[in-house]
Amino acid sequence: MSINRRNFFKTVGIAGVTLAVGKSAGANSPESEKTEFRGMLYDATRCVGCLECEIACAKSHNLPEPTDELQVDVLRKTSEVKRCVINYHTTSKGEVLVRNQCMHCNEPACAAACLTQAMYKTKEGPVIWRADKCMGCRYCMVSCPFDVPKFEYFSANPKIEKCDMCYDRIMKGQIPSCAEACPAEALIFGTRRELLAEARKRIAENPTEYVDQIYGENVAGGTGYLYLSPAPFNEVGFNTKLQNTSYPALSKGFLYSVPSVFVLLPTLLLGIHKATKDNQSKDEENE
Amino acid sequence: MNNQAVTIAKDNDGNSIWQFLLHELKPRGKWLTPFNIISIPIMLLGLGLIFYRFIYGIGSITNLSQEIPWGLWIGFDVVTGVAFAGGAYVLTFMVYILKMDKYHSLVRVTVLNGFLAYVFYAGALLLDLGRPWNVINPIIGNSFGTSSVLFLVAWHFMLYMLAELIEFSPAIAEWLGARRARKILSGMTIGAVIFGITLSTLHQSGLGALFLMAKDKIHPLWYSEFIPILFLVSSIFAGLSMVIFEGSISSKVFSDQISEKHHKAERGIIQGLSMICAVAMFAYLFMQLLVFIHDKNWAYINTPMGYWFLLEMIGFVLIPMILFFYSYRNNNTLMIRIAAILTMLGIILNRLNVTVIGFRWDAPVHYVPSWMEITVTLAVIFTEIWIFRWVINRMPVLRESPAWVKEEK
Repeated sequence: MSINRRNFFKTVGIAGVTLAVGKSAGANSPESEKTEFRGMLYDATRCVGCLECEIACAKSHNLPEPTDELQVDVLRKTSEVKRCVINYHTTSKGEVLVRNQCMHCNEPACAAACLTQAMYKTKEGPVIWRADKCMGCRYCMVSCPFDVPKFEYFSANPKIEKCDMCYDRIMKGQIPSCAEACPAEALIFGTRRELLAEARKRIAENPTEYVDQIYGENVAGGTGYLYLSPAPFNEVGFNTKLQNTSYPALSKGFLYSVPSVFVLLPTLLLGIHKATKDNQSKDEENE
Repeated sequence: MNNQAVTIAKDNDGNSIWQFLLHELKPRGKWLTPFNIISIPIMLLGLGLIFYRFIYGIGSITNLSQEIPWGLWIGFDVVTGVAFAGGAYVLTFMVYILKMDKYHSLVRVTVLNGFLAYVFYAGALLLDLGRPWNVINPIIGNSFGTSSVLFLVAWHFMLYMLAELIEFSPAIAEWLGARRARKILSGMTIGAVIFGITLSTLHQSGLGALFLMAKDKIHPLWYSEFIPILFLVSSIFAGLSMVIFEGSISSKVFSDQISEKHHKAERGIIQGLSMICAVAMFAYLFMQLLVFIHDKNWAYINTPMGYWFLLEMIGFVLIPMILFFYSYRNNNTLMIRIAAILTMLGIILNRLNVTVIGFRWDAPVHYVPSWMEITVTLAVIFTEIWIFRWVINRMPVLRESPAWVKEEK
């Protein structure tokens, strides 16, 4: 994981607290340094399409259970009442099942877009949505390259719905309900580092069974969800044209120019104002 | 001191300030004008739709979808409306910073127009918020999303409204006969102008920067990393075209307000503005060309979206630019007004192409605004014009300041 601002602040914060409180606080720091992004690994060769993960997801988030049936090449979509879906794709390697939900990017566009930090990348890895902060502007939906956040358009008190990797369960030491429900171990939970190692091991052990790519390793700057597939990823419903660098970086240049404009432009304007000032007509400038 | 208090509390007829305000609130002139007959039902309908929307959700009156979360209300009301309000920062720059006194008579009406545009079009943003009661969150500081371009834009909208209110406030003071307040407020003008120009530079470009992260969703002919600078440059001629257009209407509708002297100066002012527009449009076209070549967009030209792009660039930028140049040399006011209207259509086209038409251009289902979205938009515009008219008829905006202002100097 690259050092982002939050980690930087965290480090600074820990250093500050350590300096201030001394030994007693220092004892906590090794533990919090161990916190690293959790993620999920989905292996398409293992998924049997039982939809147990969808049902478990619906149950644990008080959403209606899925009623539509899984059909080949009929695309089911996530919605404001469905945080994850399984789809059947016809590919050059036969029929392949693929699950879609929030990718939990390392540097999420939605969280960078959010002006109230309602969309929030936790230090544990899940990207969560916080109702008390959100003002419903939907800029996260505009920005997300995967079109993940869904909005309740027909509610007076609308929420944004998306997978939160069962953040509450993770904080209680449990694993996400989908991973718990999966009977085929197609979906496993762990730290992103361990999952990447596991994915690489599976490809190395069965090079004929998988395409030599882990989707999520690099896309959009790396995501918390990682995918293994027997067929090329553009055949199983992924947009492979997405950039491999972080999306928030796209507006970084603009945002970084703001402080300099704020210092330089008023200075320049004031300078021109003084230079063009005609002493005789100085009384007339006020109007 | 005592004398001051009397001037603030009483108007010329000796009535108290409240009686004066009450009297001023009453409508003046004929009621059944064609404008009123058209605008009143639309405003009432719009109000009803807004109530409906707050009970049954945004989806109940808009055609927005999960794929296309921003529609007419953002793309037109906010993004286009703010571009048209750009005239205020350009004119205050010309008059207060560069001291081009020729354009002084336009400043008040343009600042008023800009202020109302921000209040209403940024206000229309509230209609588009799903959870508007949380709108204070980015302001009160419990959740600063400082990595967000929208955070910057929201703050700038607020601060810029304040700056424009300060710039306009001497007119309010003159209306109320508050001499001392006027003196203090007009002393703040230059500070507000410098602050306002800086804010405008950043949020005009910021509205473009909002779409930088939607890289894969906007048609490549309209998406580039240079959207912010293109938005900034085009706001210059968008704003000035609006000034020309609005001026040509005001000089007819409010002709009784405008002094003989200003009527005569109008021609020269419009001519000067047309040259500035032409030069800004030349710079804009040149930048569009650079972006086009730099992004290697030739492959898209021979497609329907490519023709649409050429129509925008040639029909609504190049042609009005030539018209501006041509009529500047021939001093043809009518032609300048036609060019201003073409330019404004081009700006509407451009902003909608980035935010709505080119957004998810490849999606199977396209977004078309519902009649209810259009009605609400019209209602917002009409309300703004009503307030504008009310202010023009009461405060010294187009007409000369009261005599005591000159005496004080």
